[in-house]
Amino acid sequence: MLELLLSVLILTGAIFTFIGSLGLARFRDFYTRLHGPTKATTLGVGCLLIASSIHFSVDGDLSLHEVLVTLFLFMTAPVSAHLLAKAALHLKLRSLTPTLKEGDDTPAHL
Amino acid sequence: MKRLLPHPLLTLTLAVLWLLLVNTFSAGHVVLGLILGWLIPFATASLWPQSVCIRNVPVLLRYLVVVTHDIVIGSFRVARLILGRPSSLRPAFITVPLELKTDLAISLLANTISLTPGTVSVLVSEDRRTLTVHSLDTEDAAAMVAEIKHRYEAPLKAIFESC
Repeated sequence: MLELLLSVLILTGAIFTFIGSLGLARFRDFYTRLHGPTKATTLGVGCLLIASSIHFSVDGDLSLHEVLVTLFLFMTAPVSAHLLAKAALHLKLRSLTPTLKEGDDTPAHL
Repeated sequence: MKRLLPHPLLTLTLAVLWLLLVNTFSAGHVVLGLILGWLIPFATASLWPQSVCIRNVPVLLRYLVVVTHDIVIGSFRVARLILGRPSSLRPAFITVPLELKTDLAISLLANTISLTPGTVSVLVSEDRRTLTVHSLDTEDAAAMVAEIKHRYEAPLKAIFESC
């Protein structure tokens, strides 16, 4: 029963991580590509970590290392995504996204 | 009190963090964690220009539930978009006017937006009045802005900016 639950969690995690990486190959421009890996990892890695936590907690002592991994991942992943996107905006990368209208908060002053 | 214990919340967080790091729960480690939690804020005081205040703990807990829920739902949505036809995507930059004032609340809002699948925060304007967000598939930009303001900004304002 436990093994079934763990397998489901690990498989779900692996599938989401894979789909996220697939996004990197399938999407066409930088900004949309950014969405695949940064996002799928949140749920993908989340599932894997829950599985790890359950597995080691059942075996012996309570294992909560994984909570920390999740916490640090959730703090750092958005920051790196934000910086990448900001850098892309700064370099005025060619993209499929319609650019901001003049007068909006255009990155012109950058 | 304020001088002896400049950041009580940080102290508590660091102590819990220490217990998680060593992955054992014993009296010795609780004490060591509390000592570390007490000393580290002094060393990092200059990194905390504003003191953090947290009000409305129930709102905070509800916010965490809402964000977790959105991450799960959003992941499925993005997965479907990836497996679907990439050419049918409607990416867009949307501009969210900010009501939040403190840096902490703004960065938490930007982090939340980036964490929830389908949106990435791209730019905070220099005057901290607007936040530019890139959305993967946009149906109605105005509705999206309204949702971000209602779902994320309002609770953050209640939690971090009501004292």
